[in-house]
Formats: sequence, structure tokens, C-alpha cells
Amino acid sequence: MIQAIAFYLFATMVIASGVLTIMSRNPVHSVLWLILAFFNAAGLMVLLGAEFIAMLLVVVYVGAVAVLFLFVVMMLDVDMAELRAGFIKNFPLGIAIALVLLAELVLGIGALGAGPLELGTASGANAPNLANSNIENIGALLYSKYIFVFEAAGLILLVAMIGAIVLTHRDLKTTRGHQNITKQVRRNPKEATQMKQPTVGEGVEL
Amino acid sequence: MTEFFQSLGMNYEWAWFVATIAGILLIAFPLMLAVAYVILIDRKVWAAINLRKGPNVVGPFGLLQSFADGLKVFLQETIIPSAANKGIFIIAPIITFTVALAAWAVVPFADGVVLADINVGLLYILAISSLSVYGVVMAGWASNSKYPFFSAMRAAAQMISYEVSIGFILVCVVLWAGSWNLTEIVEAQRGHGFGIVNGFYFNLLLFPMWVVFFISSLAETQRVPFDLTEAESELVAGYQTEYSSMAFALYWLGEYANILLMCALNTLLFFGGWLPPVDWAPLYWVPGIIWFLLKTLFFFFMFSWVMATVPRYRYDQLMRLGWKIFLPMSLIFVFVISGYLMATGHFGNPA
Repeated sequence: MIQAIAFYLFATMVIASGVLTIMSRNPVHSVLWLILAFFNAAGLMVLLGAEFIAMLLVVVYVGAVAVLFLFVVMMLDVDMAELRAGFIKNFPLGIAIALVLLAELVLGIGALGAGPLELGTASGANAPNLANSNIENIGALLYSKYIFVFEAAGLILLVAMIGAIVLTHRDLKTTRGHQNITKQVRRNPKEATQMKQPTVGEGVEL
Repeated sequence: MTEFFQSLGMNYEWAWFVATIAGILLIAFPLMLAVAYVILIDRKVWAAINLRKGPNVVGPFGLLQSFADGLKVFLQETIIPSAANKGIFIIAPIITFTVALAAWAVVPFADGVVLADINVGLLYILAISSLSVYGVVMAGWASNSKYPFFSAMRAAAQMISYEVSIGFILVCVVLWAGSWNLTEIVEAQRGHGFGIVNGFYFNLLLFPMWVVFFISSLAETQRVPFDLTEAESELVAGYQTEYSSMAFALYWLGEYANILLMCALNTLLFFGGWLPPVDWAPLYWVPGIIWFLLKTLFFFFMFSWVMATVPRYRYDQLMRLGWKIFLPMSLIFVFVISGYLMATGHFGNPA
């Protein structure tokens, strides 16, 4: 009974906040509704028994991606009237994306009807080992059967990260004063000050 | 506790439901009381370090000071700035407070004394603590005022930066303990050092990680020397500038509940949780929860000690420390520790 209540609560919240994400006039409100949708999707994952995926969803999407998203939306002064003007122009593209998503959904449901996907465990036996926890099962699969795919994904992310750094990196030494922290820390009163005995009427030469 | 309610004649689902609610109340109320007294301890410790007396008027030794403050705040007028985004302005402190309480669900106070003994306990704490940034960011934006907004930007950048290195430190501990479950992590520390010391802190590879974790937890809870979000000389009072009355009090309580959580995490991950410091039979006569609370209080003392003695960081130094020192250091330690554990056959024979 409690599971059913929880499921309908989470499911309704996901759909409602998803709808409100598109309907909100204020972009910051949109992002906040999106975060609520992520959070409730994580709740649905917990109900499925996929607690590891649920936690990752919260850590990665809610905790990191959405924060940066919110950051950008807050900093930009988004003019909603201007965005609405592009509605007709972007309409065909939007319809195309919606059709692709619909086709994927139909395909996914059809494939599910044809029987469950057989994923292997580390020993090569099919069907996940339910006695172990989520994390152990996923780890055993990722680091044995899918090791090359996993490593390739890591490599692609590394390249993307380096690319982003290279694109945004500017040599600050030329534009403004550059601080050398070790030099600052090393500085002590003996080196930094010197005693002068200027005579009256004369300045100090530095 | 579910069995107890089942013995009262409820069916399993209702018994579970009532037991969970009772468990939540049993954690939340003592936690609020603890927060009230921890604020007093905080002020007393700063006072002692500054050679002052600290709060000593309300009640014997000022013991009721926090309640007097609470009452004062409760009786104040709630002011919502007319330019503020009202809904978000009101929700923001509620989120901070709720998130600060929610993380305590997986904290084991003693052997088996835990509300939700889930497999992914530590990940849950990481997930919940990554949510706490929203309370600050939403407050800063909804206030529609420039100082809270600056503060929110700083808070978001700071908390994301330090969460990265905290994540790697947790990986180090989890590698050694072999589990994400907090109870199992504590049990893995039994007799870890030379067969007698309970805790990971005696381990030469994990001790540096504890130091980094402690400093990162200062940054994560925005305590001095990393309290740039509330830097009163620059930002008035940071993200809570526009808040008054109970909304302000919720920030206050949530902040200290978060600090206590970080102290508890230091205890659980590195200092053996509810286990006595040394694996010696007479020490086990003291109930586990007493050890847990003593260790947590010790870490809280360290937090206030730091607050009273260390000056505030500059913002670029804070970012440099997080990204250029802590992140590479914890990353290297993940490599070194997993290499060491593989070399010594800690994981048994890999299949």
C-alpha cells in the first residue's frame, strides 16, 4: 500500500513539475521545477530497487549539473518576450525532436514487451545477482564485461574536459598582475623592510 | 522498533510507518536540542579563547541563552521585501532546514541505532549535502538584492568545488572499508591500527585524507576561515541579509545541524564511530552512543577552535586550495590507496 502511494506521489510530481518546467514564465522557476522533477525521478528509482542510480541522479544532476544551470540562468538576463518571438521559427525543429522522442518511447515499450534484456554478471552467468547490492553488481559488470566501453567513455570525458579548459584558458600574466603564492608566503619582515636614516629635508631613495 | 509496534497489534505496514515516524522524531528533537546547546558551547569556546566570559546571564551559566535567542527571533516580525520573489524567498530557508535534518537518517548513533541502514548510506549523505547549496542560492536570488546575490554565487562555487575533493576522500575510505554502508564502515575500523586502535586515523595513508576532509568540511559548512558567503565586512550578512524572524532562525538551525553532521561524519569515517578509541574490553562497558557523542563534540570543539583562531581566506585562495591542492592530492591518494590495497591483497583474489 505504502509503495503504491509513494509511486503515485512521485509519478504525479515528476509529470506535474515536468509540465511546469515548460509552462513557467520565469526561467529560474523553470530550472527549479526541473530540479524537482529530477528529485522525484530519483524517488521512482529507489522504488525500483535501483538505489545506486537514484543517488547518482541526485549527486550528478541535482547536485552539480542543475546548480551550474541555475547559475547561468540567474546570471543571464533572459528576456522572455524575445524567446517567445522565436516560437514559430523553432516550431518544426521542436516537432521533429518530439517525434524522435515518441518513436523512442514506442520502440522501448515494444522491446520491453519482447522480453527482458539479458545482462551478464562477472562470472558470465546471465541475470543480475540479486543477493549482492546494486553497487557490487554494477561494479562487477563495468569492470569486467564492459571494461573497454567504460574506459572509452572515461577517455572521451577527459578529452572533453581538456578541450573545455584549452578553449577558455587565457594567459593572465600578460593582462594583469600575476601572484606567486609561494613567493608571498616566503616573504618575511627582514627581507621586506629596511631601516633608513634620512636627514632632514631629504626624501628616501628606494 | 517495527517489531514493538507489531506487538501492539498493528499489521506490518502500519507498524513500519509508525515506527519510522517515531524514529524521525527521536532523531529530530534531540538534534534540535543539541543544536541549541552546541551554539552555546560555540559561543563559550570563542569567549574563552578571547578571554571573555561569553553568555552567562540567562539561566545558570547562561544555559538558557539559546532558548532566549530562539524566543526573541520567534517574536520578531517576518519581513518579506517587496521586490523579493515571494514563493522562493519563503521556500529557501525551509529547504536548508529540511536538508540539514534529512541527512541524519543514515547516521548510525550506535550499533544498530540507525533510522535507515541502507547500502548506499554514504552516497545518500553526499547527495543530500549537495542539495544544501540550493537553500543558499535560492535565498540569494529571491532576495533580489545585490549582496545576497554575490553571496549565493560564492556559496555555489565554493560548495561545488569542495564537494569534488570530499567525494574522492570518501572513495578512499570506502575502498579500505569495502562498503558504502556507514555501519559496515565503522565495523571495518575495529582494531584497524596495530590490532588495538579503533579508527582509520592511525593509518598513514588515510590520516592525510582525514586532514583534507576536516578542512573541506569547514569549507562545505561555510565556517571560518571559509565563511566568505557571510563575510560581514564585505556582504553585510551574506545570503541571509534580507531574512528576519523564523526564516532567519531556520538558516541558523540548519547551519548548525550541518556542522554537527560534518562532525559526526569525521567521527564515523575516520575515528571509529561508536567504537571506543582502543579495542579493550572494559571500554566497551560504556554505551556506544556515549563514545559517538563524545567524539562528535570533540570535533565540534575543533570547529569552534578554528573559528576563534584563524582569519578568513581570500576568495581566490579558497578556490586555489580546493582545485589546485586538495583535488590533485585526494586524486593521487585514491590511486595510491587502491594500489596499496591491490598489492597487499586486501580485496582477496580478483576473479
